[in-house]
Amino acid sequence: MTELSVSATDADTAAAPTAPLLETKNLTRHFRIGRGFSPKMLHAVDDVSITVDRQEIVALAGESGSGKSTIARLLAGVYKPTGGEIYYQGRALSSMRSRRDQLAYRSDVPMVFQDPFSSLNPAFRVSHGILRSLKLHRPDLTRAQRSEEAERVVEAVGLTPSAEIMHRYPYELSGGQRQRIGFAQALAHKPKLILADEPVSMLDVSIRIGLLNLMAELRSSAGVSFLYITHDIASARYVADRLVIMYAGHIVESGPTEEVLANPKHPYTDLLLGAVPDPRAPLSLGVEGDTGEPPKVIDPTPGCRFRWRCPLVVDECHHTTPTLRRLGDGHNAACHVAQPALGTPPDQPSQR
Amino acid sequence: MHGHIEGKPILEVRGLTVEYDTGAHPVVAVDDVDLDVHAGEFVGVVGESGCGKSTLLFAIAQLLSPPAAITGGSVRFQGQDLVAMSEKKLAALRWRDFSVVMQSAMNALNPVKSIGSQFRDAIMAHDEPVADDRPAEVLRLVGIDPIHLKSYPHQLSGGMRQRAMIAMALLFTPDLIIMDEPTSALDVVAQRSLMLQIKDLQQRLGFAVVFVTHDMSLISHFSDQLLVMYAGQVVELGATRAVFDHPAHPYSKGLLDAFPSIRGPKVPLTGIPGSPPNLAHPPSGCRFNPRCPEAFADCTKVEPELYRVGSVQARCLLHAPSNKPAPVQEATS
Repeated sequence: MTELSVSATDADTAAAPTAPLLETKNLTRHFRIGRGFSPKMLHAVDDVSITVDRQEIVALAGESGSGKSTIARLLAGVYKPTGGEIYYQGRALSSMRSRRDQLAYRSDVPMVFQDPFSSLNPAFRVSHGILRSLKLHRPDLTRAQRSEEAERVVEAVGLTPSAEIMHRYPYELSGGQRQRIGFAQALAHKPKLILADEPVSMLDVSIRIGLLNLMAELRSSAGVSFLYITHDIASARYVADRLVIMYAGHIVESGPTEEVLANPKHPYTDLLLGAVPDPRAPLSLGVEGDTGEPPKVIDPTPGCRFRWRCPLVVDECHHTTPTLRRLGDGHNAACHVAQPALGTPPDQPSQR
Repeated sequence: MHGHIEGKPILEVRGLTVEYDTGAHPVVAVDDVDLDVHAGEFVGVVGESGCGKSTLLFAIAQLLSPPAAITGGSVRFQGQDLVAMSEKKLAALRWRDFSVVMQSAMNALNPVKSIGSQFRDAIMAHDEPVADDRPAEVLRLVGIDPIHLKSYPHQLSGGMRQRAMIAMALLFTPDLIIMDEPTSALDVVAQRSLMLQIKDLQQRLGFAVVFVTHDMSLISHFSDQLLVMYAGQVVELGATRAVFDHPAHPYSKGLLDAFPSIRGPKVPLTGIPGSPPNLAHPPSGCRFNPRCPEAFADCTKVEPELYRVGSVQARCLLHAPSNKPAPVQEATS
C-alpha cells in the first residue's frame, strides 16, 4: 500500500485552528408532502448537531428511515437545510456561494455511495470516474500526472496491479472491488472527510471487514476523517471513535464508541445492540416482541419519538420532547428516564 | 443434534449438478451436492456471492431457467423426483407442499396488484379448498394487520413486504419453505425480528426450512444443520453448533472470523482476502487453495472429497485419512 501524504497542517486549518473539521448546528431538513390545501411536513432530520474532527471516524447509526442518509446528503450539498447550519473548518456552508468555494468543499468532502453496482457508470472503464474528478478538482495536473495519480489511489485502496484494474469495466470487478473503486474516486482529490453512506451493506459479510480495515488505514495513512453511516452497530464499533445514534430524525445518543456500547443510556441503543447477531453469545431475547419501525415523522407534536416502542416509557414521554443531556464523559442521551453515570453533574446542557 | 430428527427425510438431494451453458466453458455452479432435510428441520446454506447457493435453491424448487439446467442428480421431495416431474404436477405442489420466499420482496410481489389479490391468485391456482379468511389469518400469523390485504406492495415497508411474502408462503401450510436471503434487504433490527418470527412459526406449524444466506452469524441460533458452500461445492456439512464451535474447513473459519463482535475484546479481523474463483476455470486441486491460509503443497494438485471430521464432514485435505495426523483438529463429537 502506498503512503499518502498527511496534509493536516495546511493553510486552511491555520485559518481556524480550533474549529472542528465539520460541524452541524441544529441541522434540520423537512420535506413537503401532500399537495394543495393539505400541505404536510415530513421531518426527516430535526435539530441535529454533530462534529467530526480531523482524522476521526464518526459512525452515524440507526434503522432505515432514521434520517441518517438525509444527513449525508445535506452534508454533501445534495439537499439544502430547512434550518440550522453546516460549518466546514469554521466556515458556514451557506456562505460559500462562489463556484470555486463549492468545488473546494466538494473536493474536500466527497461521498461514497451504498450501492457499488449502480454508482459506477457501466459504459466506462473504472479509471473514467477517477480521472474525471482529478481533472475537475486538480486542474494543475497534466494528463500523465493524472493517470499516475489515479494509479496511486487505486493502489492505495488495495487493488493491484492498479494499471490493469483501471482498464477494466465495472462488470469485470466484484462488489468489493467496485466499492474500493468508489473509495479511490473519493480519495483522488486528497479529501479531508469522506461521507460513507452504508458503504458495506450491499457486500458479502466476508469482504465487508476488508473495507472497514481500508477506512481505518486511510485514516492513518492519508489523514482522512470519515462519517460512517450504518445500521450495523457491530461494524461501527469496529472502526469508529465516536458513535451517534439516530432515531426518527433525532439524535438519541452519542459518545465515545466503547463507552456508549458498554453503558448504553437510551433504550433504543439497547434495542440496536440486541439486534446484532452474535454466535459467540447465547441468543438474547430482549427485543423479541419488537416488530416496530421508526415512524414517519409528519407534523409531530411534542413527545419522545421512540415512545411507541419504548419499554421504559413514562408519562412525561408523551408530552415533552427529550433533549440531549450529558450523562457521562462526552456521553449524551435524549431520554427522560436515562440515569447519568456516577459523578456526572445532572441536567447539564450538552454541547454535542 | 444431527441425529435427533428421526425418520426419512422429506427432501433428499443426491448428486445435484447444475451447469450454465455459456459456450466453450460451461460453468458448473452446483457440483454434486447431497442434502437431506427432515420434517421440521431448519437447514442453513451459507457462502459468498457466486458460490452457487441461490442456484442450488432454484434447482431444488425447479425454478432454473436457461442457460442454467440440471445436468445430473436427483431431488426427491416426499418420495417424488422433482427433476423428472412435469410442469403441471410441479405447479400443483408449489405453494401447497413447498413454497419459495425470494430475496427481494419488492421484486417478487406484483406492484400493480393488492396483497389480497395476489394471495387469491395463489389460492386459485390450486384445487385445494381454502377457507375465506385464510389470507387474513396468515397475515395475522406474521404480525401484519389484515387491513393490509387491500394494500399495494409500495405501501408497505421493506420488513412488512418480506413478512407478506412469508404469509403467502404459509397459505397452504406447506411442509417445506425455501428461503433465499429473505432478510438481506433489511436492517439489523427488522432482520432480527423477522428471524425470530420465522423460527417461531416454524416451531408452531412444523414446516422445514432451507435458508440461504451469506451471513453466517445470522443463522447461528436458528438452524439445526449447516451447509457451507464454496465454488459450487459443499465444503462443510454438519450440526450448526458443531460447525460454529469447531469449524473444520478453513473457509468456514474464515466466514466465522469475518464479522466484528459487539461484545468482548476488539480484535483486528482480516475477513477472507481475495474473491471466489471464476467457475468457468476453477483452480486445480482444492478450489479454495488460492485464498486458504492453511494451504500446503498437495492442495493445488489433489481434489479433496468430503471427509468425516468428528460429527461433521469437511472437504479439506487437512482431514484426508492419508494426511493424519491432522495438525489442528481435535473435533469433539
